[in-house]
This record gives sequence, C-alpha cells and structure tokens, in this order.
Amino acid sequence: MDFSVIQYEEMEILLNDLFTRYGYDFTEYSKASMQRRIQRLFIVDKFPSFAEFRHRLQNDPQYFRRFVEEITVNVTEMLRDPAFYRTLRTSILPILATYPFIRIWNAGCSTGEEVYSMAILLKEAGLLHKSLLYGTDINPLVIEKARKGIFPISQMQKYSENYIQSGGVKDFSSYYTANYHLAKFESSLMEKMIFSTHNLVSDFSFNEFQLILCRNVLIYFERELQSKVFNLFDYSLENFGYLALGSKESLRFSPIADRYRQIGKEKIWRKVHEAG
Amino acid sequence: MKPAKLIVIGGSAGSLQVILNFLAAIPRTFPLPVLIVLHRNNVLESTLEELFSSRTLLPVKEVEEKEPILPGTIYVCPADYHVLLEKDHSFSLDYSERVNYSRPSIDVTFRSAADSFGSALVALLLSGGNADGVEGLEYVKARGGVVVVQDPATADVPFMPQQAMLKNEIDYIVPAEEIPAFLQGLARS
Repeated sequence: MDFSVIQYEEMEILLNDLFTRYGYDFTEYSKASMQRRIQRLFIVDKFPSFAEFRHRLQNDPQYFRRFVEEITVNVTEMLRDPAFYRTLRTSILPILATYPFIRIWNAGCSTGEEVYSMAILLKEAGLLHKSLLYGTDINPLVIEKARKGIFPISQMQKYSENYIQSGGVKDFSSYYTANYHLAKFESSLMEKMIFSTHNLVSDFSFNEFQLILCRNVLIYFERELQSKVFNLFDYSLENFGYLALGSKESLRFSPIADRYRQIGKEKIWRKVHEAG
Repeated sequence: MKPAKLIVIGGSAGSLQVILNFLAAIPRTFPLPVLIVLHRNNVLESTLEELFSSRTLLPVKEVEEKEPILPGTIYVCPADYHVLLEKDHSFSLDYSERVNYSRPSIDVTFRSAADSFGSALVALLLSGGNADGVEGLEYVKARGGVVVVQDPATADVPFMPQQAMLKNEIDYIVPAEEIPAFLQGLARS
C-alpha cells in the first residue's frame, strides 16, 4: 500500500499554481474528494516527490490536460435513477411540449449518457424535432466522446432495465447499432445536440433554457461555489423553467431557494419567481 | 490513547445483525458520532435508515453532503455514493468509480476519515466476504487511529476480518457479542 501523500497545504499550493498558470480554478472544489483524486494521479504517474509533480504541472500543458481529465469525475450512466426520468416523462415533458421551442442544458454532462437519455425521452414524446440539447463539461476529452454517441455494449443491459423502469415501452436496442463491444446510438438522436466545453466556475451563461440538468456535479463543490453556480443556473433559466439535480443534491441551502418549488419527491425544482 | 471523536464501522455480508445488536444496546447518552458503511444490494437501500431507527434511541441519519458531523448520531452512507470526511469534520459525497467493486467503499471512507481525524478515529471492520476495508485499516493505523476487527470466529463470513488480521497489526479483536460493550467503553475512555 502506498502512503505517499499530498498534504492539504500542498494541494492548496498546487491549485493556486494552476489557477495562475492556466486560469482553471479548482480552489473551491470540495477538498476531500479533490485530495483523493490528486493523490491517485500522483501515485499512478509515479512522481517521486511533490516538487516534481508541481514542476511538471506548471511546465507541461499536455500534462495539465491529463490532470483535468483525471481529477474530474466522469462516472455517469443512461437513465440514471429511472424514477427521476419517469417524472420527467410524466410531469415535465407535457409542460415543455406547450413551448414552440425547447432548450435544455445538461451541465457537467461528462460522456453524454444523460443527454442521449433525454433525447430518447423527447423523441418518444414527439418533441425532439423542436428541441435543442446543450451538453457541456469542463473536460474536453469527455465532450469528444459525447459527440460520438458510442458507449460500451456491456452497459446496455443495465441501460435497458433503466429504460423500462423509466416508463419506456419500446425495445431499447432499437436506439443503437451493436458493433463488437460498442453500441453506436442512432444519428437522429444526435441531430439536436450541441456539445461544448464550459467551466461552471468561470464561464458565463450562454442562453436561456426551460430545463437545466446538473446531476452529481455540485457535490464536488464547496457551498460558496455551489451558490455561485446556482445563481448562474437561475440567470440561465426562463421563468417557470426547471432545474434538475442529482439524487443527493438540494437547492435547500442555496440563495435562490425561495424562488423555486420542488416537483414531487424527485430532485426537480420549478422557478416560480424571477429575481427581484 | 487519545479520546475517540468518530467511530466508523465497515461491514459486508453477515454484518447487519452485528450492527443491529450494537444499535439496540447503546444508550441514549452515547456521545460519539458513528458512521456505518455497509455493502448492500440496491433493493434494501431506502429502508436501511428506517431499519436502524427502529432499533435505537439515538438519531439515525442518512449522510447529506456538506453536513457537519454531530455527536451521538448514527450516520448511514447513502446508496451508491462514497462518503468522505472534510478537514472541518463535515461530510462530502462522491460518485466516482467503485472501489473493490463497492460504492460506498469502506476503504474510501476509512482513508478519508483517517486523514481528517487521525488518532481520534476508531475504525471497526465486521463480517464480510470481500477485502474492502483491509487497506483502509492499514491507513487508519498509519495515521495513529485505533483499528478493531470482529473476531472472525464469531463472524458469519470471516474472510474480511481474517484478511485484515493477515495484513495489519490490529489493536483489538472483539467477539461479536462484546462489540456493543467495547464501543461503549471507547466512548467513556
């Protein structure tokens, strides 16, 4: 077992370096998780000392790119929490259907599985043709993957079960073509998707949406940063738009809480008042 | 021994009954926070908090992110999230890759708790059929914490505590029936 450790103080030095050198600000990320990821990278890449790790990060932009890829969490799945997607189908999409044009932002979408899930729901509701789905993430590598719409075939059984539990009635395999160990999702789903890098810490609002999904991203942010991001979402959401979070995330402690109303038991809130 | 400030209990197959017995035995005045990291299948999850609540006079809470740890409270890891401890003794949740095929992983929580609590941590590993928690105990020990295992002779599935004993120097090996009294003793010391 490896006991080489990046101390908290060292991590803070490192994060300050990266902000100064590259403009990426990780200083308000939750420290315990960040330390674990940094430590793992330090061990996997076999750095003999913190000083050498620091030096490499400061002087090698390619390595910094790897750092961003490795310290951000990219675990996601299709139709994650099927009950959540069932609520989207039954309670949210019928209301979005009344709009002439539907804009949805999936913030921190990683490799895009949830964007494809949403496209499937929209298609089945007959709404995909008048929708636009924006998928953004801080990590350019996962955005490249999301654009391809190719996922491991080994996941399809699980996704198919999620699909049925979410209220899907078609054959889930009709949405992809299997090729050896990969499943390529049909291009009609992708026509309405726009993928781009976007850093929730530093980048601005880029459109107005009726639905913003940001699931299992805010758990990695400290409270103050969470508040900033909630303000960004609030600014980017039309009045009566919806904000959807991960199963253990909440709007409760945010500065925008009093202007939002939760929809049922799921982590979906509706904006009921504009900022004063 | 420095006074304990947090007890983390890790368990897998065969550990549920041991935990329920402990919960039934501890008095309302038990002063320490207890964090329970239990492997379980997805079906059981939502009922675990209720099940535990029905057995103890102490408050039982599913861990919420950024929540400060309170004394005399039993915390349960939410399904499908790793639980980490911050330096300011609040909880963080993490949805990253499984560790030892597990999320929550006992190793992840033991390590993080050791970083935040050092010698004020007591880590207890119970019955189980996998080695999750074994490395974590080693880390707790290296940070000055107290490491305890359920006596494998009294475990339904002895593999997990046995592995821990093979790989680590264990401070206390406690038979299942003595675990409630042992943990209460820690709270008094």
